[in-house]
This record gives sequence, C-alpha cells and structure tokens, in this order.
Amino acid sequence: MSLKDKLSELRQRGLADIKDSSDLKDVNQVRVQLLGKKGPITEVLRGMRDLDAEERPKVGAFANEIRDDLANALAQRKEELEKAVLNAQLAKETIDVTLPGTPVAKGEPHVIQQIVDQIEDLFLGMGYQVLSGPEVEEDKYNFEMMNLPKNHPARDMQDTFYITKEILMRTQTSPMQARTLEKHDFSKGPLKMISPGVVYRRDTDDPTHSHQFHQVEGLVIDKHITMADLKGTLQVLAHELFGDKFDVRLRPSYFPFTEPSVEADITCFNCGGKGCKVCKNTGWIEVLGAGMVHPNVLKMAGVDPDVYGGFAFGVGPDRFAMLKYGVDDIRNFYLNDVRFLTQFTKKG
Amino acid sequence: MKISYNWIKEYLDLNVKPVDLAEKIERTSVEVDGVTTPSDGLKKIVVGHVLSMEAHPDSDHLHVCQVDVGEDEPLQIVCGAPNVAAGQNVIVALPGSRIADNVKIKKSKMRGIPSAGMICALQEIGFSEDVVPKDYVDGIYVLPEDATPGDAVYDYLGMNDSLIDLDVTPNRGDMLSLYGTLHDLAAIYDKPVELDHPEVKEDGAAIADQLTIHVDEALSPQYRMRLVKNVKLAPSPMWLQIRLWNAGMRPINNVVDITNYIMMKYGQPLHAFDYDKFNGEDVYVRTAKAGEKLTTLDENDHDLDENDIVIADQKGPIALAGVMGGLDASIQDGTTTVAIESAVFEHDHIRKAAQRHNLHTDASQRFERGVNQAGVQEALDAAAQMMNELADGEVQKGSVVGSSNIPEPAVIDITLTHVNAILGTELTMDQVSHILESLGFEVTVSGDTLTVTVAVRRNDIHIPADLLEEIARIYGYDQLPATLPTGRMTMGTLTTKQRLMRATRHSLEGLGLNQAISYALTTEEKAKMFMMQASETTNLSWPMSMDHAVLRMNVVSGLLDDIAYNSARKVKDVALYEQGRVFYREDGNDRPSEEEHIAGAITGTLMPEAWNQAAQPVDFFQMKGIVAAYLKDMAVNGDVTYEPNTDMPEMHPGRTADVLVHGHRIGFLGQVHPLIAKQFKIGATYVFELNLQAIIDMPKQENQYDVISRYPAITRDIAMLVDDDVTNDQVVALIERRGGAFLQSVKLFDVYDGVKVPKGKKSLAYTLTYQDKHETLVDDAVTQAFDKVSKRLEDDLGAQIR
Repeated sequence: MSLKDKLSELRQRGLADIKDSSDLKDVNQVRVQLLGKKGPITEVLRGMRDLDAEERPKVGAFANEIRDDLANALAQRKEELEKAVLNAQLAKETIDVTLPGTPVAKGEPHVIQQIVDQIEDLFLGMGYQVLSGPEVEEDKYNFEMMNLPKNHPARDMQDTFYITKEILMRTQTSPMQARTLEKHDFSKGPLKMISPGVVYRRDTDDPTHSHQFHQVEGLVIDKHITMADLKGTLQVLAHELFGDKFDVRLRPSYFPFTEPSVEADITCFNCGGKGCKVCKNTGWIEVLGAGMVHPNVLKMAGVDPDVYGGFAFGVGPDRFAMLKYGVDDIRNFYLNDVRFLTQFTKKG
Repeated sequence: MKISYNWIKEYLDLNVKPVDLAEKIERTSVEVDGVTTPSDGLKKIVVGHVLSMEAHPDSDHLHVCQVDVGEDEPLQIVCGAPNVAAGQNVIVALPGSRIADNVKIKKSKMRGIPSAGMICALQEIGFSEDVVPKDYVDGIYVLPEDATPGDAVYDYLGMNDSLIDLDVTPNRGDMLSLYGTLHDLAAIYDKPVELDHPEVKEDGAAIADQLTIHVDEALSPQYRMRLVKNVKLAPSPMWLQIRLWNAGMRPINNVVDITNYIMMKYGQPLHAFDYDKFNGEDVYVRTAKAGEKLTTLDENDHDLDENDIVIADQKGPIALAGVMGGLDASIQDGTTTVAIESAVFEHDHIRKAAQRHNLHTDASQRFERGVNQAGVQEALDAAAQMMNELADGEVQKGSVVGSSNIPEPAVIDITLTHVNAILGTELTMDQVSHILESLGFEVTVSGDTLTVTVAVRRNDIHIPADLLEEIARIYGYDQLPATLPTGRMTMGTLTTKQRLMRATRHSLEGLGLNQAISYALTTEEKAKMFMMQASETTNLSWPMSMDHAVLRMNVVSGLLDDIAYNSARKVKDVALYEQGRVFYREDGNDRPSEEEHIAGAITGTLMPEAWNQAAQPVDFFQMKGIVAAYLKDMAVNGDVTYEPNTDMPEMHPGRTADVLVHGHRIGFLGQVHPLIAKQFKIGATYVFELNLQAIIDMPKQENQYDVISRYPAITRDIAMLVDDDVTNDQVVALIERRGGAFLQSVKLFDVYDGVKVPKGKKSLAYTLTYQDKHETLVDDAVTQAFDKVSKRLEDDLGAQIR
C-alpha cells in the first residue's frame, strides 16, 4: 500500500470517527488519536524519508491537506456538540414570559400639569415667554387695571375670595396682563407671553365647579397685531391640544378687558361636529375666551393704545382635561386619588 | 330670555329654520342656550268637548265624562280634576298619545270604569307650573269656546312656535327685547325691518291735573306716567297669553300682562299702579329713608335704606323702583284707574338693590344693563294704547313727565385703515359703512374716516374698538383670515427657575412619586402644621366653608389629606409629591409672600407586593433615599447633611431629620407623628418638605469630566464596635478625613445591634475603596493608610476594631 493510499484510508477512517464522536470528550480523544504526536499521520510522515525526492513534497502536501481536513472536521464537530450542550442548557432555563414584570416605582405628572406643559411648549416654540404671577393679588391688578372698576357689574363680589378690601385670591390669570404690560420695554421688541397658574373663585365645589382651578393667560402686544392673528393662534393651540381635525370658530362675547371679545369653540370631540349630547347638538364646544386688548387696559398700564395693540386669551386646562379625557367631575383633579392620577401616562 | 320665532317672523321676512336662526344669533350676537318647540315629543293631543259629566259611582272625586273628540262616537274619560264641567272645551290625550316627559297614555279602567284617554292640565303637556294661569294651576285647562273638537291643541296654545333662549351678555341689554333683537337680525341678514309705532287714542281729562311727579334726576333720568281710567280687568286674549307663557311669564290679567308684553317687545320695564290707592296726587322718586318698609308684590317684607330708590306717595314707598312694585298699590280685583310708569333708573342702584333684597327680576335685569333711553315714551304710549284696546280703558290726556333726560347719541370717528389693520381684513369703505348703517347707525364718510352716530339703544358702544366688534361680528368671524403674528423675533425660553421646577417634577416622578395638586386653601389648623418658619396666617374674610378658609403654610398637610382620601377608599399604597406655593405673612402686612415648596408623602409600600417580590413597607430610609437622589439631581453645590430634629410637633421625635445644604436648613423629612396620622386617619406615613425657592437660588455644581482610572482599585473592609450614640456621619467623616490620598469611597455595608454586641454598643462595617489615578497601587500603601485610619477610629471615637 502506498503512502498515499494509506493517507487516504486514514482520512476516511478519521472522518468516520469524528462523525461518530458523541460528546466533547470523545472529540478530544479522536483529536489526540488522529493528530497527536503518536498518531497515524505523524507516523505516515515519518515514513516519508524513504521516498524519492521527487515524490516527497507531493506526499507531504497531501498529508498536510488530510491533516487540515481532519482538524477542520474536528473543530466543526466540536462546535456542533458545544452548541447542542448550550441549547440543552438554554432549554432548561426556559421561563414563562407571560408572568408579570417586576413592579418598579414610577410616578406620573398630574394630568393638568401635562396640559399646561403642552401649552407652554407650544408657545415657547412660537417665541413666547412663560411668566408666573402671585396667587394673592391686589384688587388693582385683578380688577381695576383689567377695566373692571369697583362698581362694575361684571365684578360680582360673590365670586371673589377677599382677604382684605384690597387683597384677594386672584380670580383669573389676567392680572398678569397688567403686571407684564407695566414692565415691558417695547423698545426691546414685542410682548409675547403666556402665564399659567392657579386661580380661585368663591364657589361651592361640585362636579362642575371648583373653588380652585387653573388658567393659562396669553398676551401679545406689538404695533401690528390683528384679530386674524388671534384666530390663527387659537387654531394652532386647538390643533396642538386636540389634533388637526379640530376646527375653531369664534363667537362674539363680552369681557371688560377685551374689545372685540370672542369665545372660541372647537369641534365637538364626542361626535366630530355632527351634534350630540355633549355639545348640546351644536357640534361645537366652548373652550376659551379671547379678544383684542381693550384700549383702557393698555392706557392704565402706561402703554399707548394708538401705537400698540394686540390680543389676549385665557384658557382653562381643567376644562380641557375634562373634555379631552371625559372626566365628569372636576374635583377629581384636586382629591388626588392615585387610581385617578395614574390613568394619565405622559406621552413624550 | 326666550324669544319667539313666530314673533320675529311677523317683522322680518326670514326664510330660515329656527335652529339655523339660533345658530346665526349665537355666532353673530349673543349665546343661545337652546331652541325648543313646546309641542316636540307630544302626540295625539286634541281638543275635546265635554258633552256630559257624571259622578263616578265608586269615588267621591272622580267624574265620568263623555267627550266629543271630533269622531263619530264620544270617548268616555274618567277625570279627577275639580274644575272639569260639561260644556267645556278641554285638552284630551287620546289613547296612544304621548304627553310630557314622554309618558304614554293608554286605555284603562279607573275604579272599574273604562277610561279612553285623559283630560289634561297644562303641566301635563309640558308647561312649567310657573306660567300656568292661576285659575288652572290646580286643575285642567279650559280652551276657548270656539276651539274645534278633534283639532290638535298645539296651535290653540302656541305650542308650535319655536323659542330661542338667548343668554345675553352684560353689555347687550338691547337684546333683552324683541325690537333690539330685530335690529340685530336686520343687520345680520341685511334685510329692512319695519317696526310698528303706537297711536294713542286719548280721552278724558289732562293727566297734569290729576298727578304731579317729583323726581331726583340723578336717580331717575327719565320718569314718565300715563293714566288710564275705567279699565275692565279680565284675562288677556289668547294671543297675548301665549306670548307671555312662551316667554316664561304667567298671564295674570290684561293690565299686568300688557306691561309685561311691552317689556318683552321694547325692552322697557313698565309698572302699573292702582291710582286710587295713591295717598294724594303726588308721586315722588327718591331714596328711601332709614326705617321705611315695603311689602312687595311677592308678599315679602323689605327693610329699606337710603341706597334704595323708591317710588313713594305722600305716606311712603309704594314700589322698589326698577325692581318690584309694592303690594298695596298693585293692580287687584276692583282696580279701575291705572297709572303706568315708564322710566329709567340709575343702573348701579338697581344692581345693588336687587342684590341686597335678593330680588332679581325681569325689570332689574334690564335696568342694570340699561334700557333704550330713546324709547321710554314710546313704550309708555304703546302700553296705554293696548289698555285702551284690550281693557276698554280711557287714556287720560298727555303724559306727566318728571324727568326727561335722553342722552345724546355717541359720535365716533374711525378710519377704514384702522379697521383693516386691527381686524386683519381688506374691507372696503362701502362694506364697513353698510354694516354700520344696517345696525341703524348714521354714517358719514370723509376720505378714510367714517363718522358714526350710534343709535341710543346701543348704550354699549362708546369707542372705536366697540365699532370694530360690530363690524367684525356682522362681517362674520368665519370670514376673518387666520394668521400668526409677525414682527420682530422673540426668544421663547424657560428661565433657570422654570427649568429647575420642571426638573424637580421629572426627578420625583422618576423616583416613583405621582404629582398631586391639592387645595391651597385649608383649615386654620392644617395651615399651621409642619411649619418651616414662623408666620402669621392669611385668612379669607368671607370663606365659603371652614375647610377652605386659610392659606396653607405647608404643603405636607394637603398631601396627608390626599392620603386620607385614598385610604378611605381602600387605596393603601400612596406615593405623592406636590410642587406648590406656601403663603407666609408678616404681622402688619395684609399680603403674604409666596414661596415655592416641594413636598412628598409615602405610605403603605413604594414597591407593591408581587409574585416575585415581597412588599416592603415604607420607612425613613426610603424617603431619605428619595430626597438624597432628588437633591443630587438638582446638583446643589455643597454638602447635604441630615440632622435629627426632635422638636417638630407634627413629626415623630426620633425619626425626623432636618435637611441641610452647606449648613443651611432647607427642609425636613421623616415620619409623621402617630397622633397626627391618627388625626388624619392614615397609617404610618413618611414625608418631606423642602423650600424649593432655596434650592432654585443655590449655586449649582458644574458638570466636569473626571478621568476614570485605568488602574485597579483595592478594597478593605473594616468592622467596629462603637457606642450607640456615635453616628454613621461621624464615622464616615473621620474615615474620609483621615483615609489618605488614595481613599476613593466609604460604603456602609452592615449595621448590627443585636444580641452579639454588648449593650450600649453597635457594630458598623464599611468597605473602603482605594485607587490611584496614575499608577497601580501597592498593597503596602493601602495597608499603611488603612492602619492609620483604624487607629484614628480607636483614638477619636473609641471604636473597637473587630
């Protein structure tokens, strides 16, 4: 039998042994047997010295080829077996992935806060400042400078929590209009601000009334602000809070500190404008009051109404939240039942 | 005010449905609360003629009636009304009909006698009890004699009309009348409106010889009276009664009904006096004198004072002017001579009188907003004419006029440029002047300027901005373009304070607390709990309830209220935080200062029990962990330390710590005192409250890159026995101070004070980590440092190293 034949047979036998090996230990044994110093290949190679110089490199190359084949086969078999071991191990580790996840402590922002933040972010993007004012206000800012002199009919004593004759819990965020107008330096640019905050009314708490609630005031004063700008701004606000499908319409209304005054309605959420119980069959829901700032308000704050003008609006986040989520009792916002608070997960 | 669609149509040629008209009004003038048609929902309700009536054999009050309902055979209907009688035309709900509240009427038997339907009272077909004529309140309604049996009743009762309920804003008093509404609609629909004007047939003697009026013109700028003699009181004709009850007013008699009708038509409240009840022939319009009393028409007694305007005769007040008439001089059975008053009263007095006497009437509502001062005489004449026509009265010659100050109309200049600049429109001069003229204003144009003479009835229009509103609403808000403000750029950024307040909320939410918003007004007791600084309370002068009467000086007590609310509803695990203001007031100041605080409260467990996790009840160290993590988030620059506070009355004396930053107290944390918890009816609760403003104002650490050492760290553990009163802070501080240059961190890993340590001692164990940033540490260096610090612990703190 020639060396070459011997080697061929060796390869066949070796590959069969590798294939038959059933675990890693076997594989190792086969490797030592085949490729070890005392193994058959070494032995065959040792016989090479008897060959012609011409034959020697050919057989040598053939022997190396066979050794590589066997080594590769061993490595492959080893990998196969290792993988099988790992798979068996992983199979044993299988868990019920439908078991609940381990609870983690996580808090949610209050639903009203979420709406206020959303409004703030929208207006920040349009170049507005966010300002906050005192909750305990002077009569002067809350009423007088808002064009509500002491005997004004729209100023119902019954609605206001007074502390003294001149000090009260603010009934609206509008006093921030007067406070900001007084301070603003128009040479530095237009005034664009919103002012979110808590306001108070002398009301008995019930499903639709709360003695404490929130408002966001908005005010833009410059040389060329139009009522069309107000309409566009309110449209942007409605789209941001409720979605693009919602339309805004303006209706005449009355506020002492704006003229013209309007109320803004948006398409009813419940019926999409077809008319239902929620919107009293009108297809519209009233969401905020607005208007062009009354010249008296500007004048009282030391701003020349012949040069400057603009718009103001006031929105109620409580009302927005009630409408948007169908909350049927405003008291929910202030009683802080955690089952209520955790319903409104923050999205973005 | 409910306004009749049919009445409007008598004057304006409109081809719109009532709902569309209502929508138009809402979008152009004033809010509409609803449109109703009284016959809606009713079915098979017809005129019946009672042919005969017999007593029910088995009842002492039921009657068995044979009723002609226009069919071949009469229906037998059992009726219990006391006023039913043969010969009457009545309202019959046929079998299968629907009456008010969607009630279905079927054939039935009443005490054994078959009854095919029901004879109805007005209330049973949807009338409010308040508008049913007194004679028919307690029984069935009797229809006019000429009603045809079998006809639907609705037209006889005005129930097919549509009523538009206007919610009139305080500035639009003119809309509280048919005529005012017609003026607006004429402009909205751009149609001419033809209003009718009274022609009084005068008779008898001159009124001037029979009545003299003395008026304080400041109280009543206009005061006019007419006298009508020999009136015959009777029920008003049906058409008039229908107008009244559809407007929500009860028909009373022809004279009173006429005054109410004129008020609805012209917006001018009138009052009818029984002239014969006057003491003397002089009438005074003056303020009341202290001590004077008046019994008003509703039979309530009022103590008057000098803020009330009264109409008085020689003896005393006979009416509370502009609010309600007095009972004594009112129209009653037997009245034959009527003095009709048409006047204007100063609105502020009327508003206050209505409030003071709690008498908000149709009249006061109109005087408060202002009536059409150019139409006072016309309304008076119209009433006199009707009393002549409907009550056979003789209208005495002339009117007696106590005051007659009709204001000059407002004249306002406005430019077209201004109109378009403010509205954002491109209106033409013709469009603008047409709108204003359609409202009944006079307009003259000169160049760019419009000079507008405003109709006196529109007492809300004084300045150009008021005209802008008229132009905008009649033009239509829908037609305004929608744009965004342009002009110089402005920055929209949050301030540092606002960013930190947002970061505070995000941090605490990340730490597991839900944001609460509690009431800032609370009880005096709760307002004064958990005080972080001395302060006076700020009290409401006229609270609605004692539960919300005083401004809080802490946030924690509100959170405890919230926990109590949850606890009462069996929600046991609560973790809340609140960011809000507290109100501190110095003695002598009326107004408190407002300070931003941040507070939290946890009860039950933070991590609820689960299939793979045992419940871990809240404790001090969880709350401390939250506070520490929050303060780390806020990067306050300075050491945060915690010192025991045994003195807060609402807190557990052994489980409360002051929180200090750089040695300044910014708040506290710990367990609520068990007695306070009991008072709130809550379980063990841990709280914290910090002065957020102080955190905002503190200098903050700048983030800076710190090289992470490539060289290995070496750790050594040390356990020691120390006296019970040695604190962790003391040990850590000493180790940090004496630990040598390579000490990176000290970490407590065990505290033990069980049976294996001597009494009065505790065992503390720490891991010390050493590292050199620039080369590998050699063991010797660490051993040397470690031995040194061990020695200091023995020497300075009496520790026994174990």
